[in-house]
Amino acid sequence: MTDQAAPVYPGTWKRPPLIKSPLLRWSIILGAAIYLATALGTMDINWGRVAEGLPRGERFLAAFFPPNFADNRGVVWDGIQESIWMALISTVAGIIMSIPIGLGAARNLAPRWIYLFNRAIIAGSRTFPEVILAIFAVKLFGFGPFAGFVALAIGTIGFYAKLLAEDIENMSEEQAEAIKATGANWFQWINYAIQPQVMPRMIGLSVYRLDINFRESAVVGIVGGGGIGATLNTAFDRYEFDTAAAILLVIIAIVMVLEYLSSYLRKWVQ
Amino acid sequence: MPLIETKDGPDWRRRTTKHEFMVWLSWLIGLSIVMYAWHLISEKTVWFFVEDAGRQAIDIGTRMVPPKFSYMEKLWWPIWDTINIATLGTVIALVIAVPVAFAAARNTTPHTLVRACALFVIVSSRSVNSLIWALMLVFIFGPGVLAGTIAIGLRSIGFCAKLLYEAIEEIDQSQVEAIEATGASGAQQILFGIVPQVLPTFAGVGVFRWDINIRESTILGLVGAGGIGLQLNGSINTLAWTQVSMILLVILATVIVSEWVSAKVRHAII
Repeated sequence: MTDQAAPVYPGTWKRPPLIKSPLLRWSIILGAAIYLATALGTMDINWGRVAEGLPRGERFLAAFFPPNFADNRGVVWDGIQESIWMALISTVAGIIMSIPIGLGAARNLAPRWIYLFNRAIIAGSRTFPEVILAIFAVKLFGFGPFAGFVALAIGTIGFYAKLLAEDIENMSEEQAEAIKATGANWFQWINYAIQPQVMPRMIGLSVYRLDINFRESAVVGIVGGGGIGATLNTAFDRYEFDTAAAILLVIIAIVMVLEYLSSYLRKWVQ
Repeated sequence: MPLIETKDGPDWRRRTTKHEFMVWLSWLIGLSIVMYAWHLISEKTVWFFVEDAGRQAIDIGTRMVPPKFSYMEKLWWPIWDTINIATLGTVIALVIAVPVAFAAARNTTPHTLVRACALFVIVSSRSVNSLIWALMLVFIFGPGVLAGTIAIGLRSIGFCAKLLYEAIEEIDQSQVEAIEATGASGAQQILFGIVPQVLPTFAGVGVFRWDINIRESTILGLVGAGGIGLQLNGSINTLAWTQVSMILLVILATVIVSEWVSAKVRHAII
């Protein structure tokens, strides 16, 4: 026993790496480095223009302060109101359209061809940003909040129907079976077995989507979809940066309120 | 569940009369708000254009097929730019988001005042859309990829920092205590106690945001900030509808590929 050497502990310790295989780790690092080098190398940056622009940027930022809430108060207020109403009805309309699509896109409810058809609708509406949808809506419906409303409502479908379908797919089957065993018809089955299970999460998500739609309504205006975005774009075009700053602050304030509201409501529902 | 005694015997109801009345009242209020919003929006709509929309849609639709596949050779470069804008923007955002997230997390923030500032940075970055950031940055940096990259970066800080600070707040505090018990300094506690716990979230958030950014960077060209949106805008303005449909197809393909990549990577990490 006495001649047994004391165990040797390593003197230093190294953190285990996140990616275990050294080959994979180094090829990822190398690949990232090569990509970064080519990306930065091929980026067409006009440094002369940037150097010229920086002092201009300083003046530009200085023009933002102090934000001017007073001069164009009427226009800003109208734009904000239009945005809020636009966000509200596009959320409502989007959700109403999402319910049948979401039901059809749930694998456990719908036959295969209905499932695929509805999933295609969702994928199509999710792919294109609201702004691209708004460009086409403006082409079809003319300038104004109606085009923005259509674009946001279609955007809502991709978001809401997808989450609704996923929620339905994750529901507990027992409750659905129990309702079916009472001899309920299809509508009763949806209303009493599925709706109560998905409702709390869906209410939270609808407030969240209202928040997104309000934020997006600030940009659909840039391509002619009405709302505060149109006002903001006009302010930029007329170089009224102090008004633009005021508009941005108002947008930030409203988004903060909506975010607070939605987290509160979600807590209350769950 | 209330039980109402009637002369024909007890009657089961789902809600009390008062509760039922409240439910109906909230439906009434909600519906009236929506109707009012609809009324305001419809007042600002030229209904002639809306009635005409079906014909317009068919008209544009027929002009869009077949997509002009030969235009693809002019799209490789813009699509490379678009991917670069998204990737480099995400990198910028992650670099800035890490200190902001540590300042915003309740358990690592140096001071409540710092935390309030960090939260304000997060909210303002999240509420201003990347298109609006781009609109402002084009004034400073001139049209091009750089403005787009920084716009994407600024926009993504809030998203990344928010998810990251929530992850930091949810860590297992006992591991940090264990590191502290070894006599580690504050920086070492963060590096060895907190960072390993949030690293997978960090990577996941980065990839998730990259996927969103690919989608967003396709439209930045509308305000001149580089990427494929420039071609889209040009083609729409010159009514080259076969080019527009080709660009939309390319965007669709890019988004699908990026979504696939992001799902694979996140699956591998988590």
